[in-house]
Amino acid sequence: MQLKVFVNGEATVTSAATLAELVAQFGFAETGVATALNGDFVPRGARQSTPLAGDDKVEIVSPRQGG
Amino acid sequence: MNTALPNPTMPPSLSLYGVSVSSRLLLGTALYPSPKVMAESVKAAGASIVTVSVRRESARANSGMGFFELVRSLNVRVMPNTAGCRTPREAIATAHMARELFGTDWVKLEVIGNDDTLQPDLFGLLEAARALIGDGFKVFPYTTEDLIAAERLRDAGCEVLMPWAAPIGTGRGLANPYALRSLRTYFPDTPLIVDAGIGAPSHAAAAMEMGFDAVLLNTAVARAADPVRMASAFAAAIAAGRTAFEAGLMEMRDTAAPSTPVAGTPFFGLDPS
Repeated sequence: MQLKVFVNGEATVTSAATLAELVAQFGFAETGVATALNGDFVPRGARQSTPLAGDDKVEIVSPRQGG
Repeated sequence: MNTALPNPTMPPSLSLYGVSVSSRLLLGTALYPSPKVMAESVKAAGASIVTVSVRRESARANSGMGFFELVRSLNVRVMPNTAGCRTPREAIATAHMARELFGTDWVKLEVIGNDDTLQPDLFGLLEAARALIGDGFKVFPYTTEDLIAAERLRDAGCEVLMPWAAPIGTGRGLANPYALRSLRTYFPDTPLIVDAGIGAPSHAAAAMEMGFDAVLLNTAVARAADPVRMASAFAAAIAAGRTAFEAGLMEMRDTAAPSTPVAGTPFFGLDPS
């Protein structure tokens, strides 16, 4: 089944059923990114058990320079 | 050798949430001309804590961990920030993502209330601080010099406070020295780190002379013509300011007072009358 979700603000159509599958489909290393779903943090260990729904807003972040 | 004498070059170390910190200069990692210059600046500053952030990763770049590897090679403690967050909810989620990525429960908590001044939203800040402390974070709140906000943050469990000198990126120095001095007097035992708005080493020295425990800055070093040398200049200024504070500054006077002895001045009394 195809779902339309928003990944880092961009509309994406995906066959991923869970957040873990979505992270893998994007080619991210599992431990190299952190995730949030609809504004709430989803720990790494919970991605597999976090299903995606249409129009979900997913944030996938990584370390960056900061002040 | 007499080891009982205090060594002015080795001031008592600073403790933040029970962690002994060797350097009173905390440095940001953003805005440098290159990663290499950033790394050399951190070394030149002698910084033992650097600030970092989390940002959206692109599938094409996948570059975040490369940056983290570089920071890790510097052997410093990282303090992730929640820069750019405008609500407690955003800041809380960002702090959690940063804790998982960087493996630290330290967070420089920013909840920004206004895009022009980047002024902290003190109400949102307090709300986010309470939630994060409940979740086990060691919160370093980026706040103003407001005494009551500071008191509420302390009551919420913030063991360190980070008042601004001036808005982020302005380089204006201590915009409100009276208020900063009041804050220092009001919280004699709370580690206070002046964060943001420092533009020159003299600004940092002034903050240290007032008795602030440390200074956090980024733009003033990163945007210098020679960031590495500027990092050294800040390190020297902060060490000088701290040593001066510990040595005890003279009191300011309104009237002049001769430093050379008056008694025994030659020709005394021979002036034309």
